[in-house]
Amino acid sequence: MAFKLTVNGQPTTVDVPADMPLLWVIRDILNLRGTKYGCGIGQCGACTVHLGGVAVRSCLTPVSAATKAPITTLEGLSSDGSHPVQQAWMEIDVPQCGYCQAGQMMSAAALLAKTPKPTDKDIDTAMNGNLCRCGTYLQIRKAIHTAAAIKAKPAQSARKEAL
Amino acid sequence: MSINKPIERRSFLKTTAVGGGVMLGLYLDPAFGQAPQAPPARAGRGGGRGRGGGAGTLAVEAFITVAPTGIVTIMAKNPEVGQGIKTTLPMILADEFDVDWKDVRIQQADLDQTKYGFQNAGGSTGTPANWDSLRRVGATGRQMFLTAAAQTWGVPESECTTGSGKVTHTPSNKVLGYGELASKVATLSLPDPASVKMKDPKDYKIIGKATPAVDNLAIVTGKALYSIDFTLPGMVYAVFERAPVIGGKVVSANIDEIKALPNIKTAFIVEGTQQAAAVLPGELNMRSGVVIVGDYWWAAQSARKKLKVVWDDGPSADQSSAGYAAKALELSKGKPAKTSRTDGDFDGAIKSAAHVVDAAYSYPFIAHAPLEPQNATASFKDGKMEIWSASQTPAGGPGLITRALGIKAEDITVHMLRGGGGFGRRLTNDYVLEAAWVARQVGAPVKLLWSREDDMTHDYYRPGGYQYLTAGVDASGKVIAWRNHFVTFGEGDRIAPSAGMSAAEFPARFIPNYQFHQSVQPLGAAATGALRAPGSNALGFVMQSFIDELAHAAGKDPVQFRMDLLGDGKVVEGYDAGRMKAVLQLVAEKSDWGKRKLPKNTAMGVAFHYSHRGYFAEVAEVSVDANSKVKVNKVWVAADVGSQIVNPAGALKMIQGAVIDGLSEVMAQEITFEKGRTVQNNFHQHQMVRLTQAPPEIEAHFISTPNTPTGLGEPALPPVLPAVCNAIFAASGKRVRSLPLSKSGFSWA
Repeated sequence: MAFKLTVNGQPTTVDVPADMPLLWVIRDILNLRGTKYGCGIGQCGACTVHLGGVAVRSCLTPVSAATKAPITTLEGLSSDGSHPVQQAWMEIDVPQCGYCQAGQMMSAAALLAKTPKPTDKDIDTAMNGNLCRCGTYLQIRKAIHTAAAIKAKPAQSARKEAL
Repeated sequence: MSINKPIERRSFLKTTAVGGGVMLGLYLDPAFGQAPQAPPARAGRGGGRGRGGGAGTLAVEAFITVAPTGIVTIMAKNPEVGQGIKTTLPMILADEFDVDWKDVRIQQADLDQTKYGFQNAGGSTGTPANWDSLRRVGATGRQMFLTAAAQTWGVPESECTTGSGKVTHTPSNKVLGYGELASKVATLSLPDPASVKMKDPKDYKIIGKATPAVDNLAIVTGKALYSIDFTLPGMVYAVFERAPVIGGKVVSANIDEIKALPNIKTAFIVEGTQQAAAVLPGELNMRSGVVIVGDYWWAAQSARKKLKVVWDDGPSADQSSAGYAAKALELSKGKPAKTSRTDGDFDGAIKSAAHVVDAAYSYPFIAHAPLEPQNATASFKDGKMEIWSASQTPAGGPGLITRALGIKAEDITVHMLRGGGGFGRRLTNDYVLEAAWVARQVGAPVKLLWSREDDMTHDYYRPGGYQYLTAGVDASGKVIAWRNHFVTFGEGDRIAPSAGMSAAEFPARFIPNYQFHQSVQPLGAAATGALRAPGSNALGFVMQSFIDELAHAAGKDPVQFRMDLLGDGKVVEGYDAGRMKAVLQLVAEKSDWGKRKLPKNTAMGVAFHYSHRGYFAEVAEVSVDANSKVKVNKVWVAADVGSQIVNPAGALKMIQGAVIDGLSEVMAQEITFEKGRTVQNNFHQHQMVRLTQAPPEIEAHFISTPNTPTGLGEPALPPVLPAVCNAIFAASGKRVRSLPLSKSGFSWA
């Protein structure tokens, strides 16, 4: 079946089974490999993307349910690492193996879009569905606060980058 | 064995002119890079060194390329699975080469052990095995640029200095960049690497500086970086439905029906070469099952729902976790099969003890479950096999392929891609063999990807085990007698991988009357392997928990009791008790041990453990509420891994990650078997710590001692399990003798 999707601002049509998870459409059909497969049952969050600005588990989202709203993947935050979440992840040096971080960052970006200055409690709620096998949680929390600060004061972060 | 024995090797350098720049090559002798005390776990089952490492011939490989622009490219020789070695090793080289880190680019090497020496990610060996040699490569390179500049100017070398990728003639202030000198360097003969001067550590500019991981930008922008992301033109995707019981075989399957499904290229039965009860070293082989190949992975994966297979389960289908536990108990009551250590007179000493403690400890099988499921891409063309995958022992794959498929070693190429976690799972190259097997059959490039369920049900698990302990302390509180009957898995003298225990395991050597006995039972339902800090991840829990029991029985403070146990701090048969006492002292200080007023039901626990050349002591502060819910509030880590922390940023992450990994093992992780099959199949049944379940603070403190810098991938893990369990006892009065916590009536808050 043909499905019309908008991924990272680009309209596209895919011819796949209706129950095919969005994750595999993004990865194997659209060849966007940033979104990761971890569990396939919504337990780990590595496959998190935005559907209409909301963080969803693409491994549990059939492609047929993804046609009505724009999809954003990690590649859609920015290709040069300039999105505040990407900047913060690099500044705090979050990744170990890095495999879960696509999902972590998409959950964080969705949180920050709605809650520009999240509390630790907000972070707990938004991020508890994203597993990190390497245990980078302390850095993730820090990086979300950093991303919020970068977002609030882009000029200051630019200065920091220069240092 | 001496812990600090220098790694013996010779290295020779060679220069080659390339495109106006210069490459510095390193000749290696075959012993290069092979760390002392490499973990024994894995030999012969795909984790071996394979071709290359032991080839015995010298070869050349470029570690450094200097472009005319002055940009320096450094090869990252070892596999990267999240331990940060792709950053660490080039840092070591770059510092001695005397260039600025901002001018360094990193390139991942492919597998070629004749060029690069031992290439692996295991046993926390990356730093200690390469510390001397990569510094020497860098220093030799620096010397050559210095010589080139001095010759260009016609001045004595002694008047020249290097820094930031430039040579300066101090009297005249003349400066030449490495890029400008590259073509001259290519004409120079090589200095004797043994003669080059290496930096005084106080002059390090990169080593010792917190340095972000080099792949961060690619990771945060979602570049196709990992093994799972790799694609080839015309590539197809494969899944493999393996026999649910090891040694089981396909009797029949509805192959024709599967082949007719949309987007399915082909499907076929693999009879397999794996034998039953293949738990012992050297027996890894191709499992029996059904391969389905599709245009994309989901096509193949969803076809599995329609797959109907009749299995012959083989002889292990009656095995279960309950059966293993019952058998262990039975064996514990009988005469041990083997006695590996007898010091002094246990029977006499125990009679004179003021306090005697008996305890039965046990720990479960655990899955590795790195977040990137196992996968490999293989292409078979004109008799040659090319592999792209993430492996902790990349040389192990070709060995398996040669044995199973008869393809000669020289016809196999292995590309090393970034892995989404290792933890020991990728020491075993079973998935590489599978991809190669399918590629040969299909005649197109194949990506074989395991589902999470495949991964969790067909892992090489951390083996469970059973420990029956009796020990006595005298009236002064000194441990005078210790007896352990360890019941593990194996056949006769052959122990299942990673299921062994050294007769020197601490506190052996520190107790005058000591006995260590062992019995084994067969293991058919599971293959086993090394999980992060193999052996130690379970033994640390048992020994340091039981030592804690003895401290309480003796009425002594747990830190002081351990200090006393470590004696006068001498090196005893290779165990440097002085280094351990120092980290124990430090962690007690940093945690304000015994000095803080804690709320009710909150307490601290301590433990230490030596593994992978690292001395670690840790304290956990834990609260246990009225419903036996456990919350870890903070963990303090004190570590001695030698003279130098190469990358403090990476070091902190390794320690925090190891602590959180260890907490997952305490909290919930357990693999069980029924009817020869693994019961748990995904993260909901084999849980790891989530963000809100991790302690908000994990502090790491290092002691620098004059020893070779050693690795941090593993040794921070073992002490955290007993530190938490000892804190639970201090807070609740209940002793955890069996993991995970649910077995002792606790849960995680």
